[in-house]
Amino acid sequence: MRRRWNKFSEWLDHRTGVQSAVRQFLYEEIPASSGWQQVFGSVAVFLFLVQAFTGVLLAFNYAPTPGDAYNSLRYILTELTAGRLIRGLHHWGASMMIVVVVLHMVQVFLYGAYKKPREATWMVGVVLLLVTLAYGLTGYLLPWDNRAYWGTVVTTNIAGSAPVAGPYLIRLLGGGGAVGVVTFARFYGMHVLLLPPATILLIALHVFLVRKHGVAPEPGDELLPKKQFFPAQVFKDTVAIFAAFAILYTLALVARVPLEQLADPTDTAYIPRPEWYFLFLFQTLKLFPGPLEVVGSVVLPGLAVLTLILVPFLDRGQLVKVTKRTFAVGVVVLAAIGWGGLTAAAVATTPKAQESAQIDYSAPTDWLQLTPQEMSGIAYFRQERCESCHAAGDGASKLGPDLTQTSIHKDAAWMVQHFKRPAAMRPGSAMPPIQLSDAQLNSLAAFLLKLNPTNASALGNAPDFATAGALVYQANQCAGCHMVNGNGAKIGPVLNGLAQRRSRSWVQEHFADPDKLSPGSTMPPYSLSQKDMDNLTSYLFSLPDTGGNQ
Amino acid sequence: MDNVSGPTITAPSSEGVTRRNFYVGAIYGLGAIVAAALGLPAAIYLLFPPKIRQADQWVEIGDVTTLVADSPTEMTFRRNRVDGWKVSSEKATAWVVKHADNSVTAYGPQCTHLGCAYHWEESKTEFVCPCHNSLFAIDGKVLAGPAPRPLDRYETKIDGKKLLLGRVITPERQA
Repeated sequence: MRRRWNKFSEWLDHRTGVQSAVRQFLYEEIPASSGWQQVFGSVAVFLFLVQAFTGVLLAFNYAPTPGDAYNSLRYILTELTAGRLIRGLHHWGASMMIVVVVLHMVQVFLYGAYKKPREATWMVGVVLLLVTLAYGLTGYLLPWDNRAYWGTVVTTNIAGSAPVAGPYLIRLLGGGGAVGVVTFARFYGMHVLLLPPATILLIALHVFLVRKHGVAPEPGDELLPKKQFFPAQVFKDTVAIFAAFAILYTLALVARVPLEQLADPTDTAYIPRPEWYFLFLFQTLKLFPGPLEVVGSVVLPGLAVLTLILVPFLDRGQLVKVTKRTFAVGVVVLAAIGWGGLTAAAVATTPKAQESAQIDYSAPTDWLQLTPQEMSGIAYFRQERCESCHAAGDGASKLGPDLTQTSIHKDAAWMVQHFKRPAAMRPGSAMPPIQLSDAQLNSLAAFLLKLNPTNASALGNAPDFATAGALVYQANQCAGCHMVNGNGAKIGPVLNGLAQRRSRSWVQEHFADPDKLSPGSTMPPYSLSQKDMDNLTSYLFSLPDTGGNQ
Repeated sequence: MDNVSGPTITAPSSEGVTRRNFYVGAIYGLGAIVAAALGLPAAIYLLFPPKIRQADQWVEIGDVTTLVADSPTEMTFRRNRVDGWKVSSEKATAWVVKHADNSVTAYGPQCTHLGCAYHWEESKTEFVCPCHNSLFAIDGKVLAGPAPRPLDRYETKIDGKKLLLGRVITPERQA
């Protein structure tokens, strides 16, 4: 077996030279001082490969047009096994990539590894940093939720404010006035067609230059015998890669990446925020009000990039030990403080608006299809703590029967009687009677009749504001005039799609005095507490838009 | 390790060999873990069927009393089909047969050979597929031709006069 393998590998090497090439790559000589500080470049390449891999997997189930993009991503997150993990890896991998690329740069900067003859290596590295940021910028739009849409609106407008080039940049980004299908296509094209091959070429060039000039030595290295890249340094690189991967994997498994509601260009309440690594730029902008804005949006970032590129020419001194490079350390510390301060300020000034009314669309939202009566049933289900004695599709073994078993479902009238006197309807039942009115018990029965093993967890995702809103809806008998999800009377307008037609403030004002805002309306005024009003409005605004034609 | 300068030129000390083996083993071991942690979910993601959370929907296709016994009728209806992230409403057909005992069978409209549309030949009282001449009896069994199994059937339900269709069921392959 071994002889045959040797013969084969001999043949392969003779015909392709692949083994000699690998050997030459692995047995490269590196300075004696090389060690753990040089692992970041390898980690960055590894993360790029992870991004490419997960990116291709996402593309296999992704429709790159607005609307469909959102639906297909939701499909990946809610319907496909491991879809959430793949998306999590891609999302957090992007952030980790930025972190690792910056750490790599800081290391090279601190050690002065950009000095002659390695100026070009550094400059290609700066371009790779910009490419990494471009991935972040273009990828941000692709989920096509509110966050993506509004973040990109701001970005394209910043590009548009650039002196001279502004209007051309906007046209290039397809943002002629609004972010829409053209911008989306351009961003997607850049993200998957332009940037990846550019990255591969730039990485190849970068690594070629590193090999051409050798890994940068430290003073004193010339007196010591050189080391080999393999296996000691490859081992260190592998350990670092594994550590980064473990962190990334944990993030992807544990930290839920949100998906907000579908992009809504008419949403006037949305407060756009860029991804965390762009927050400092966003905050810088605020320091330059009015006509000076262009300084913060274009001039300063432009100068910063230019300075970064020119670093090898600004510092042409002798190579000294890293411990003696106090100025370089000072620059890094100052930059870190500046970046941290701006980012912290941006986070601190972000208002926490209506966070309670946020719906997590990265999870199944079957509850959106429930009628207000069934929805209020969820509220009673939670209020009466039914789950302390009953399992609901999670397979837990509890005192009472699993409520998702459709075999125990009877009609609503039977269930209401059972709720009132459990033992009378089912002899021997240890269930305590439920102290609710008939209407409330009917709601509870309506919800339980909807439960089955496949939808239980998806219905359990119903947020508290929605169940509380449904309670208000039921208590005020809104269904006597309005229709929600095909249920109720059509005397008043259908309430699905209300969010597309009215603003929150309009709706809330309308409750207090309908006749004032819609003259001739037969709707009586309702004086609701602020909390009830908020829950009801949030609930109504979360209803799916069915075009009002049901 | 630090004072070993070449991989093959100088014979490394036994301590050097152990450390080198450890390095190589760790590189392969950690690499394998990373590859498995990425490869396995990728395979699951691509190969596992999507979860179906929607309950099976029954579609009403017509009045069962209008059917003539033992005379297959082609009936068209609209049904929602879940296609990845889209639900599309599309036209579908079924060949419906009412039996003497008033039970109803509804066949999927495609030949089980290569999916051509077949039709009922009244004169021969058999279903005929024009593509490769597969013939099916009124009970769906293959009479002749390359078709590998009987006609697919819809789940059926009769509610009063209404005929309702559910999913398409593929019967066991014929021996």
